[in-house]
Amino acid sequence: MDETAVATETDVEASEELLEEELLVEEISIDGMCGVY
Amino acid sequence: MSTKSHLVEQLKGGLDAPICLTWELTYACNLECVHCLSSSGRRDPRELTTDEAKAVLDELHDLQVFYINIGGGEPMIRRDFFELLEYSIGRGIGVKFSTNGAFVDADKARRLAAMDYLDIQISLDGTDAVTNDAVRGEGSYDTAIRAMQHLRDAGFGEFKISVVVTRHNVDQLDEFKALADSFGAQLRITRLRPSGRGADSWHDLHPTNIQQRQIYEWLLAHGDNVLTGDSFFHLNALGEEPLPGLNMCGAGRVVCLIDPIGDVYACPFVIHDEFKAGSVRDDGGFSHIWKHSELFTELREPQSAGACASCGSYDACQGGCMAAKFFVGIPLDGPDPECVGGHGEAAILAASATERPRPMMDHSKPVRVSTPERVPVTLGRR
Amino acid sequence: MSLLDSHLELDSQVALRPEPFGALAYHYGNRKLIFLKHPDVVRVVRELDGVTRLADVLRRCEIDERRWPSFESALSSLTESEMLHEHQVAPG
Repeated sequence: MDETAVATETDVEASEELLEEELLVEEISIDGMCGVY
Repeated sequence: MSTKSHLVEQLKGGLDAPICLTWELTYACNLECVHCLSSSGRRDPRELTTDEAKAVLDELHDLQVFYINIGGGEPMIRRDFFELLEYSIGRGIGVKFSTNGAFVDADKARRLAAMDYLDIQISLDGTDAVTNDAVRGEGSYDTAIRAMQHLRDAGFGEFKISVVVTRHNVDQLDEFKALADSFGAQLRITRLRPSGRGADSWHDLHPTNIQQRQIYEWLLAHGDNVLTGDSFFHLNALGEEPLPGLNMCGAGRVVCLIDPIGDVYACPFVIHDEFKAGSVRDDGGFSHIWKHSELFTELREPQSAGACASCGSYDACQGGCMAAKFFVGIPLDGPDPECVGGHGEAAILAASATERPRPMMDHSKPVRVSTPERVPVTLGRR
Repeated sequence: MSLLDSHLELDSQVALRPEPFGALAYHYGNRKLIFLKHPDVVRVVRELDGVTRLADVLRRCEIDERRWPSFESALSSLTESEMLHEHQVAPG
């Protein structure tokens, strides 16, 4: 049997995750943390 | 779960180093504000020496702490104040210091203006002397304004004006913004906690429920360039739109406090043995405390929602502030005393029947009174 | 010019502090603090040398082309925050 023929369910999920827009950066104010003067 | 809350969940688990922290340099102060979170007034003889302070800065450098917030008491009272500022900046740690402005004369203002990576925060609690001085003492409004004028005249650039919001100044938010704008300064408004001397005046000073909504709505409408130190996240339960910031308690997770004698607390609002993680004078110094102290390890574990578990607002408000609960005498798994859902009222009533936690240290100046026989008697403030 | 053709580099006033989730980036000049939320974006930022085109940097870092839009958004944000800039050629 051709080993590459069948994609597993997790392979499909993983590639779908890649296609979704990832938010890779996020800005927080240096003053945006509670517990500071 | 949104990507923002995923990041927040990671931060609640703590980081290998604080992102920023507060460092109170001295308990000495020329003022005696009624709500002082550190009960400052008199220097503690056990204060860190200049060399000890520099050793802490060396540790913060190694931990790659980017930025520290220096306060007190009044930090400019320390003779090595400028030496420590310059040392910190030299070690790559940016500084914001909080001051009442009494020592910011024209000469100091010029000196500060010449420094880079330095931010200044002038404390002010009213847009007129009557409102401000009722909390901060006679003449303190004039002192603050004079300091701002010196900074402006010296070309310092954008400094911050930091306000503790109370029942008596909440109607002045627009005026505070205008005052900041007039100086080219940035406004910062923060939550009053019942910490330090604040415990005594909290019931009279803290905003009412109606005023809390006023603050929330003002921030949404006008708060674009207004800082809050993320101190109003308990108000997020009022609406759909969360206020900017991490909206989580950072104590022991991303921030902490170093006090004038080197004790490390979870945050500046919980100066009490219950929230003391250790001392920088212990073996291993600050780094060891940050990474391995029992208290911080505990705070970084998932927290139970406790009494708030069944409330639909918990995700938004996170159950509020530990310091607010603790010093009012509410258990930490109980509601915030200023819970916008009104769940704090019953908790406050239940708490008043038991002993409220008292601070272990009080650096307030003694109060002198004369008896009718004109014999001066010195009383402690507590 | 598309961001993919730019020659981005990290500003000299920026510190990158590694974290389990990726890294913290702090700009000492403008006080901005940005969370880099994935180790891959940290790798890419560290590879920026002001000489290589971004598309080539992404390729060099083996970033799947389907993820490039997310990386462009991220690096665009970092540029807006002044953490990254197009390499400036010295005059003369």
